[in-house]
Amino acid sequence: MIKSHLARVTWVLRGLHAFVLAFFLMTGLLTVGVAIGAFAASSAWADEYSDALAGLAAPAFNDKVAAIDALARLGDERATPVLEAMSDNRLYTRKEDGRLVIGGTGRDIALTDAATGEALGTATSRDLTRINVNNALRTALGGAIGRLQINNADPAKRLAAAETMARDRTPEAMALLRDALAREKVEDVRAAMALTYAKMSLTSTDPAERLAAVKEVSGRLSSEVRALVAPLAATNPDGSFAEPDPQVRAAATGLIARIDQRLMMTELALNLFQGVSLGSVLLLAAIGLAITFGVMGVINMAHGEMIMLGAYTTVVVQQLFREWIPAEFFGLYLVISIPAAFLVAGAVGVLMERGIIRFLYGRPLETLLATWGISLMLQQLVRAIFGAPNKEVSNPGWMTGAFEAMPGMVLTYNRIAIIIFALAVLAGLAALLRYTPFGLQMRAVTQNRNMASAMGIRTGWVDALTFGLGSGIAGVAGVALSQIGNVSPNLGQGYIVDSFMVVVFGGVGSLWGVLAGAMTLGIFNKFLEPYAGAMLGKILILVFIILFIQKRPRGLFALKGRAAEA
Amino acid sequence: MLLMSRLATLESRRGWQVFLILLVLTIVLVPVLNLTLPPESPFHVPTYMLSLLGKYLCFALLALSLDLIWGYAGALSLGHGGFFALGGYCMGMYLMRQIGTRGVYGNPDLPDFMVFLNWSELPWYWLGFGNFWFAMLMVMLVPGALAYVLGWLTFRSRITGVYFSIITQAMVFALMLAFFRNEMGFGGNNGLTDFKEILGYNVQAQGTRIGLYVASALVLALGYLISRYIVTSKLGRVLMAIRDAESRVRFLGYSVTNAKLFVFTVSAMLAGIAGALYVPQVGIINPSEFSPANSIEIAVWVAVGGRGTLYGAILGAFTVNGAKSFFTGAAPEFWLFFLGALFIVCTLFLPRGIVGLAAQLRNRAARRAIPSTETKSKEVGDAASEHGA
Repeated sequence: MIKSHLARVTWVLRGLHAFVLAFFLMTGLLTVGVAIGAFAASSAWADEYSDALAGLAAPAFNDKVAAIDALARLGDERATPVLEAMSDNRLYTRKEDGRLVIGGTGRDIALTDAATGEALGTATSRDLTRINVNNALRTALGGAIGRLQINNADPAKRLAAAETMARDRTPEAMALLRDALAREKVEDVRAAMALTYAKMSLTSTDPAERLAAVKEVSGRLSSEVRALVAPLAATNPDGSFAEPDPQVRAAATGLIARIDQRLMMTELALNLFQGVSLGSVLLLAAIGLAITFGVMGVINMAHGEMIMLGAYTTVVVQQLFREWIPAEFFGLYLVISIPAAFLVAGAVGVLMERGIIRFLYGRPLETLLATWGISLMLQQLVRAIFGAPNKEVSNPGWMTGAFEAMPGMVLTYNRIAIIIFALAVLAGLAALLRYTPFGLQMRAVTQNRNMASAMGIRTGWVDALTFGLGSGIAGVAGVALSQIGNVSPNLGQGYIVDSFMVVVFGGVGSLWGVLAGAMTLGIFNKFLEPYAGAMLGKILILVFIILFIQKRPRGLFALKGRAAEA
Repeated sequence: MLLMSRLATLESRRGWQVFLILLVLTIVLVPVLNLTLPPESPFHVPTYMLSLLGKYLCFALLALSLDLIWGYAGALSLGHGGFFALGGYCMGMYLMRQIGTRGVYGNPDLPDFMVFLNWSELPWYWLGFGNFWFAMLMVMLVPGALAYVLGWLTFRSRITGVYFSIITQAMVFALMLAFFRNEMGFGGNNGLTDFKEILGYNVQAQGTRIGLYVASALVLALGYLISRYIVTSKLGRVLMAIRDAESRVRFLGYSVTNAKLFVFTVSAMLAGIAGALYVPQVGIINPSEFSPANSIEIAVWVAVGGRGTLYGAILGAFTVNGAKSFFTGAAPEFWLFFLGALFIVCTLFLPRGIVGLAAQLRNRAARRAIPSTETKSKEVGDAASEHGA
């Protein structure tokens, strides 16, 4: 899987090389082409073009519009920079010889000849007469530029042209767009063109064309289309309909209803995804706590710092990869970070348990205070070693980017990776508890310490390893969290209250409870956010949990029977 | 007469002597040393030191309030920083209203940050805070009401131990988030500051500082006596019984919920008063006072001093904050190491804090003198049963 990935990366890189080479070649050719063009411009065959160009400097606005139209009809690519300059108020005539020039920006205006593109040195604004442009003229310019570029070889230029043409409602522009649309192969550009075309025909005087346009845009149920069609379904201030034709009106109203429904669905799906994504982050942060707090009953306030240690391990592994490992394997650093973070945080956890916590079993409040002390010291230690500012962790290539699951719903790969990872960690842990000898011993010690001890289980070591396991999982969570947020010494502080809420809400000692708790809180939070804002949403959740515990003091998934009394 | 005789039972004869001597030292000697001696004298107490001591007195009152609920009722509240800050905000609101037209925008009614937010009138919950006595009433009522509601919800459903701690921590966390919001109308991130005067006296003036310092000392003394009154009463005995065996007390027919609720509410009020005295002395109150770390730090003051003794909490607040002032001046990077170590050392080696140290050492010496097999086997049994629980 990873190998094929690497192969793809190298292939893409090779493709990039070819592209760059092609780019340079093209630039070279273009330069030659421009030189030839400049030479040709002085000869007679381009007369029509130079006449039209000269018309731009005409005093009357009507003549200017005619010149712009002429340029657009000629379809000469060279006109584009001239028209763009005119639209930006950078087209001048030089006072000494009346030549049409394009000016640069800045105090000393760098001049290029509009007709030939030849550099003409610099001048100040006193030597030049600006060619005045008004709004009507600008609309015409936008349309002309669009028309000139709609058949450009570069898809990005065509896309831009399709968008700028929207205000140009002349029949020629529509015809041009219709032709371009028929030829267009690139999907994005095609869609943009179709939209622009429909936009043009929506205001057409012919009801049949308007109807066709509504039908045309109904393929794309987006908010843009809704804004376009909305005027057709609107009513005037006096109560009459803005759209005289009832058929068009009905089509528009129906389309708007469909779009609204789709938008609602999209928003719902997006909220759900973000909720699950937040839930998976909470899940990762809380799984380790489900072991230390849920299974062992140890209040570990340094749990957040275990997450932080995992994140810093990621930083270190990344740094080692940068220095020692060839760049093409850089994406693998994350794979190495996971066991490394598990070992680092797990080792710290075992040390903590053996050194401090085991003396405090049965005294939860003291455990809380002592582990808080550990968390302060760990934070300060990391601050002393790595410095207080945030550390930067770069996502490996295969985690950057996003795909559009449906229109308007973009899912980023790193979020998806974290959801999958969180579930995998949960499943792995459940399997470990259920099917391994260590899991069996762990459960035995939790259920009846004395009996387990009598059966020959070294309860002390099981305690240490269980605590190490919980801490190690927190470290692994740190690897994942380093991919979506800042890595700083107080990274863990932000998660500690949330993780405890998840465990208490879900039910102490139940892994499924943690899953349900994390997902419920995550989704709940995201759905509240648009109405209440991020902070108020969080406050409401905390209040909700306090009230919820009234009804179910032992959480969603309460343990039953004997274990509940432990 | 009845009150006097009850007062006499609050402390032993020796206890009263120590109490009065300390009180006189704090409220007479320190201000006199500040006012009468020239600055170059070695016994001169500089005004900044007086303010610092005033701050410590507020912290001591806060620690005392936590000891009342943690040391006696066994419920470790990690939300006392929240009650402290709420009291502080009530005082801050009064002080803001005293600024009047002297703010940057010169608006006679609205504090600067409201003018900045384009608010046209005071929100309803700011009404009345121009009156000192109303503000003082709120200093007690607001934290008290919050503690009452939260305590009623939690104690009623028999949430105890660490669950109570976590819920109170969640409460301050939520309060912190809330007070960071500008729309709350409490100055958001910047909080309330730039105070001018309190009861007509300039808050910066030396005389006002001494006055606030003496007031803090007197309130601390009064708070101590009230707490002593509670813990030496019958209710106090019930509280200690709840701390040691909650279910048994419930089965004996006492209302555990009401006893805890009462002491939690009183404790929150004391914390609120401490906050109100603190704010004019430091000149600012902002949402960072609500941070959960602050609240948990109070627990270590009490633990260091020795919980369940009241005076231990006061001693602890002075010791830890004194150490904090020393470290932040001398070696700021080591402060958190020291504080962290303090948490661990206290819980592992000093379960009864500084005030219990002497007894602890005596015990150890006695045990070493007579190595009795009986006590040893009992200990092992205890540890095992605790472990199993």
